[in-house]
Amino acid sequence: MKARVTVTLKTGILDPQGKAIEGALSSLGIAGVASVRQGKVFDIEVAATDRAQAEALLKDAAEKLLANIVIENYRVEVLG
Amino acid sequence: MKSAVVVFPGINRERDMARTLRLVSGTEPAMVWHAETALPAGTDLVVLPGGFSYGDYLRCGAIAARAPVMDAVRAHAARGGLVLGVCNGFQILCESGLLPGVLMRNAALRFICKDAYLRVERSDTPFTRGYNAGQVIRVPVAHGEGNYVADEDTVRRLEGEGRVAFRYVGPDGSDDPRWNINGATNAIAGILSERGNVLGLMPHPENHVEASIGPTDGRGLFVGLTRHFAKVA
Repeated sequence: MKARVTVTLKTGILDPQGKAIEGALSSLGIAGVASVRQGKVFDIEVAATDRAQAEALLKDAAEKLLANIVIENYRVEVLG
Repeated sequence: MKSAVVVFPGINRERDMARTLRLVSGTEPAMVWHAETALPAGTDLVVLPGGFSYGDYLRCGAIAARAPVMDAVRAHAARGGLVLGVCNGFQILCESGLLPGVLMRNAALRFICKDAYLRVERSDTPFTRGYNAGQVIRVPVAHGEGNYVADEDTVRRLEGEGRVAFRYVGPDGSDDPRWNINGATNAIAGILSERGNVLGLMPHPENHVEASIGPTDGRGLFVGLTRHFAKVA
């Protein structure tokens, strides 16, 4: 099964990279961007055939490695 | 003092660290490869040196913190054994859960490679007994991600329990945000674990130990550790 884990910074955590991207967008003349927060996307293929099993495995992977839960949130989507 | 320096792929400060340990303690440290599952018998001090383990992939220290040898390091710490993490080593200790919080990108976004001034906050730990409390030392830093961040409760607990070992200050020892080089919360440069046996710090005391190449303010940390074990033994 194909799945996607998205990791983003928690609200209130300073995101200097997002700020730099925000500044670059503005200097490109792309107007109307209020703010940018950057994150990571992991496209993962799992051997599991059961959706719940895949979700549990990816949740475990996210908490143990993909995200640092002190500063980051994660979202698991099993795409099928 | 029997020390062990853990070597992860991408680390580049392990030789500086080994040289300093040999110079100050008079004993050759063991170099322990990350894939090992045990530390040499009788290890007193485990050191996680600086560098760029796994190219800083995912997050600084994230992959190294899950290396096989880290279970042995965790067990050593659980027995009350001393663990020192410098720079990337500090990041690895945070990622492994041996120290709270996380080291974020420097507030000014730039990699910083220069000398910093640190105030030694207390002298009653095995790591800082070579200094006086309140002493200001000049030690080099070289990092892009040294901005210490933790949730409010954690920071309050660290401060309340006297677990901030080193703080970025001005040359005269005063708290001054201009000298908080990486924007760290409360200008925190180094912290201790709850039991005080694990220390992580961003600056490199191992690089200021020889008069022939500059200041020797980093020496106190290694002198203190050596004395600690001489006394224990």
